[in-house]
Order: sequence, then C-alpha cells, then structure tokens
Amino acid sequence: MRLRALVIGSCSVLALAGAAQAQTLTIATVNNGDMIRMQGLSHHFTEETGIELDWVTLEENVLRQRVTTDIATQGGQYDVMTIGTYEVPIWGGQDWLVGLDGLTSDAEYDADDLIPAVRDALSVDGTLHAAPFYAESAMIMYRTDLFEEAGLEMPDQPTWEFIGDAARQITDRDAEVYGICLRGLAGWGENMAFMTALANSYGASWFDMDWEPQFDSPEWAEALQFYVDLMTEAGPPGASSNGFNENLALFQQGRCGMWIDATVAASFVTNPEDSEVAEDVDFALFPTHNDLGNNGNWLWAWSLAIPAGTQQADAAEQFISWATSKDYLELVASEEGWANVPPGTRTSLYENPEYREAAAFADMTLDAINSADTINQSVQDTPYTGGQFVAIPEFQGIGTAVGQIVSSALAGQTTVEQALQQAQQVTRMEMERSGYYN
Amino acid sequence: MARAVSTRRKLGFTAIAWLIALTLFFPILWTVLTSFKTEGTAIAMPPKFLFFDWTLENYFTVQERSDYFRHFTNSVISAVGSTILGLIIAIPAAWAMAFSPTKRTKDVLLWMLSTKMLPAVGVLVPIYLIFRDLRLLDTHHGLIVVLMLINLPIIVWMLYTYFREIPVDILEAARMDGASLKNEIIYVLTPMAIPGIASTMLLNIILAWNEAFWTLNLTTTRAAPLTAFIASYSSPEGLFWAKLSAASTLAIAPILIMGWFSQRQLVRGLTFGAVK
Repeated sequence: MRLRALVIGSCSVLALAGAAQAQTLTIATVNNGDMIRMQGLSHHFTEETGIELDWVTLEENVLRQRVTTDIATQGGQYDVMTIGTYEVPIWGGQDWLVGLDGLTSDAEYDADDLIPAVRDALSVDGTLHAAPFYAESAMIMYRTDLFEEAGLEMPDQPTWEFIGDAARQITDRDAEVYGICLRGLAGWGENMAFMTALANSYGASWFDMDWEPQFDSPEWAEALQFYVDLMTEAGPPGASSNGFNENLALFQQGRCGMWIDATVAASFVTNPEDSEVAEDVDFALFPTHNDLGNNGNWLWAWSLAIPAGTQQADAAEQFISWATSKDYLELVASEEGWANVPPGTRTSLYENPEYREAAAFADMTLDAINSADTINQSVQDTPYTGGQFVAIPEFQGIGTAVGQIVSSALAGQTTVEQALQQAQQVTRMEMERSGYYN
Repeated sequence: MARAVSTRRKLGFTAIAWLIALTLFFPILWTVLTSFKTEGTAIAMPPKFLFFDWTLENYFTVQERSDYFRHFTNSVISAVGSTILGLIIAIPAAWAMAFSPTKRTKDVLLWMLSTKMLPAVGVLVPIYLIFRDLRLLDTHHGLIVVLMLINLPIIVWMLYTYFREIPVDILEAARMDGASLKNEIIYVLTPMAIPGIASTMLLNIILAWNEAFWTLNLTTTRAAPLTAFIASYSSPEGLFWAKLSAASTLAIAPILIMGWFSQRQLVRGLTFGAVK
C-alpha cells in the first residue's frame, strides 16, 4: 500500500515538474553596465512571454574564447551570444550565425531606424546577422577648465597637431596633471584599437590590396612616432600599462587634460557620483591629420546574435527583438532614466528631446558614429573591412603581437623604427602561414 | 646534541619568517580590503590601506546579481568528486608501482607527468567535441572526469612517493601472517599512509577548486563553479575591482578556511619523508 502511494506520488511530482518546465534560453554576455541593467530588467520579458533566461556573464576575452569554441564546434550551449562588430562579418560569412530576417521584416521592430553605419557593420551580404544592443565610436573627452586656464579653445574638428600642442601646454607634472591619456596596454582590442584608428587618420592602413603589411610605409612611421613622442612628453607615467579602465580612473580623478577613447565613456566621466571632474568635461570629434580629413573610423557595437547550433532560434529571435527594440529603450528610461538608455543604435533615440536633454554627449556620440566608415577606413584602398580592427580571423593573434611591439616602443624598450620593422615581419609571417600569398 | 640558538638569532629568523609570510599573504589581504571599498576608492592613487569608508555594498551587489550558493555547491561537487575518483584510481596504481616495480615503472611515471606539460588549450577542441557528442557539456559528471584526469598524474606521483617511504618488510610480514591483498592494503598500508593520502586529497581539492580553464570552457550554467562566478565580474568598460574583489573573497573563503583548519595535516603530509 505504502509502495503504491509512493509510486503514484512520484509520478504526480514528475508529471507536474514536466508540465511546469518552461522554455529556457541561455544567453552569453559581457559584464558592462548596459548588459547588467538588461539582466535586471529581463523579468519583464519572462512575464510577457513565459520564456525563462539563464545568463552566463564572462570577462570579454574569456567570453570570446568560450563562444568561439562553442560556435566553431556547433556545441549548442548558447541560444543568444553577445558579440561585436569584429566577429559578425567573420562568423556570418561562415554561416555560423542565423540571419535575422524576422527582425528586418517586422514593421514594429523598425530595422530601418537602426543607425545605418551600425546596421552595415552587422550585416553580411545585406542580411542582418546581429542586432545592436549598444554602439560606440571614439571621441575626445577634454577638461574645459584646464583648456580655459591655458587659453585654448577646442575646434569643432581638431587635428592631431592641435591636440599635440594642447597636451604639451596643459601638462603639469608637479601637479600630476597630464595633457593626454591614451591606451598603451598591449592587445588587439586595447592599444591597437586606438593605434589603428590613429593610423587610419594619418592615411596608413594594415594591408594593401595584395594583403602585404604596410608597416614600412611613411604614414605608419609618422603616426607611431607622433604617438610615442606625445605620450612621452604629455602622457602619464607607466602609460604602456594603461587600458580603457586605467585611463577612465585617471580622467575621473582629474589627472588627464584629454582622453581619446570610446564614446561610451562619456556617461562615466560626466557622472558626478564617480567623477571628480564631471562638471568640467566637454567632447570633440576624433582628430584628423592636417588636411587629410579622415576621422579614426572607430566603430564597435555589442550586439546580440543567434548561433547556428541553437535548437531555439525562434525564442532567441523573440528575445533579441525585445532587447534591441524601441520599447526596451522606453522601459530603461521609465525605470532608470533616459541617461541610462543604451546608446548608439537607433536614430529615433537621437531625435528624442528627453534623451537629448538627459545626455549632454548625445550629439557628439551620434556624429562620431556617423563619421565612422568601416569599409573605407583609410584613404588607401584596402581589401578588408573594420575600423579599429581588421575583420579577418587572424587579426586577434596578429593584432595582439603588434600591440606588444607598439607597447614596448611606448615603454622605450625599442625605437619606433625597430618596432615597425618587427611589426612588418611578424604580420607578414602570420599572413604567409595563413595562406594569403598562395 | 641540539645546537644552542641565541635569542637574537631566533628573533631574526622569526622576523624573516613573518616578512615572507606577510609578503605571500599580502595579495589576498589586499583583495579582502578592496572588497570593502567603493569602486572609486579601490583605484585611488595613492592607494588607501585601512583608512577609508568601509562598505558592504559590493557583497550585496554580488549576492543580488549572482547565485553564490549554486556556484559554491558546484565547486564542492566537482572538487570533492574529482578528488575521490582520482584517489580510487591512483591508490592501486601507486601501490603497484611502489611495491611491484618493473623496469618500465619510472618511464610510466614520467610519461604520466609529461601529460601535464601540454598546454591545455591544445586539446580544447577535441575534448569539447567529445563532451558535445557524449552530452557531457555543462554536467557535473563531465567536469568531475576532466578534473580527475588533469590531476591524476599529481595524485599518482604524490602517493607513489609516500608509499615508497613505507618499508616493504612490514607488508611482507603481513603477507606471511596470511593477510590477503585487500587486507594488506586496508589494514596495513592505508593506516601507515594516511598522512600522505590526506595531504594528497587536500592538495587536489585545492587544485580542482582553483582550476579555471576547463571549468570555464566546459560549463555554462548548471555545473558552473566559483571560477565562472569570479569571471563574471571583470569588465571591459567600467570600474570593477571592488566587486571583483568581493566575488573573489567569497570564492576563496571556503578553501582558505579549509586550508587553515587542515594546515597541520597538509604540512605533515607534504614533508613526509623529507625529515628521515
């Protein structure tokens, strides 16, 4: 009797558990403010659709390695992946991502509202392969009080020559105030993101149309020499160890006259809770070189994509539609204020008076994103796409190797000439090994 | 006769020992201190040591955002499970090599150790594919097997070293008294080797607890241990040191407490044989 009751009871529990088991999506993401905020608000999506969400939050490089392994082996561990503008053209070209035709054909989603430069960067052969969650370009953040003291005025479109002079003029080493803070930490997504954008603006490029490295060009020599000289004379000590976060900390503590980096930093440096200089910050476009007129063409969008190995593509698309919709922007605004809305993805956001009032950096962010051209990133003809990177699979390795060489030049361990020779050799060797010259 | 040591020398040695201990412990102390700072104070220059506004905010944030106890349980299951499985395989292997050696025993031992010399990333894709096909991705038993395999050479080597210290005459005497192989291992060998087995076990739990390559690459949510919990607090854009320190402190606390209570056994086991 007891046994029968036990069996019936167990069966009932199992049946109930089976019935109660909801559909669950596993989402891989990075740890940054906008993503964590979305995690916090995602209960709205679950309430609307009944779809549960499991989050896997990882450090950027760990995430990249983890999702690359999974997608390359069709492991099927993730239903939605957070990836950037570097991965989308490569993975989309390999058919590793599900095309988001459902979104582009949905009038309510309004894909035409996505900022064109961002949409182009996330499309392969005209098909959207990832939906942008937030996007950024690079711009100058500068201290208006220090500029005023020095009698300087930031032009609408500054040149590197002006930036160099201003940085040297502002530098006061006794007061631990440095004219300019730039990335020096080695890495394809760290110093090479900045260095590539700087080189683009100087008219340099990574490769010519035959995939021959161009580090022996006069443009690279001029750009790297400018960077090393500027940082030596007007940069903070130990700059070769500084990445985005280190420079953010320096700027927030009032140690930098200027900082040229991702537009997403604008909300951090103007937040009075974290920044000591929040009231004295203004923005300007990424510099150009003399009359060349080429901006850095830095464009990055953290985006949501569906790996081809998932068994839940429809539910995944439903989630992406929710997270990158106009309604989501309204939801963030209603719960956390307009200043916390993820920037850089939708044109309508920049036409919204409430957002423009809350985010003093809105216009400059939009101008910076619109000025980026990831197809014609340099004035030279190039066989690749990408602004502050080269969208080929080998770039992670090559970019980091060259980043280490550039970092050692900045630290004074090698000369600019030696560094460029090494960069040329390393890059050519890797490209040859990868079969680009066969 | 023991050599007399002057008080001055004793004081000198004590000071040096404290200096070395504090140097080794300082990174952990700094992590714990940083976990009680705000993000702004965590990166302040010059660094603030003790005189800052202490806050528990990071611990609340970490607890709110992540499920610490699920990650903790997963760490316990994978670390203890892999160690027990490893000991079950390694004790007979080490016994055979210590008490019935052949001319190839040393080669086998060296070969086992050589598997540790291969960078783990070199076999990531094959192992990932095997795990995918066997449906072991993000499972406890998959993680237990892989952690056992990567630590097995160390377990066998340590146990082999301890077993070699046990005089074979004692085992022979037991055999002459009619002890079977099972009784010989359980009633004669094991009691004598307990300090060695205990320290091997403790060391392997620590190694498995801290393993961060396979645990990150083979898990997603269900089996993700504390290494995945820590990895979620490093940020590419934004300040994160204080929250990361709070997550790290929570992750290392259990193993630190376990190490503290078992340090006598750990040290005795690790120096077993060295004082003979």
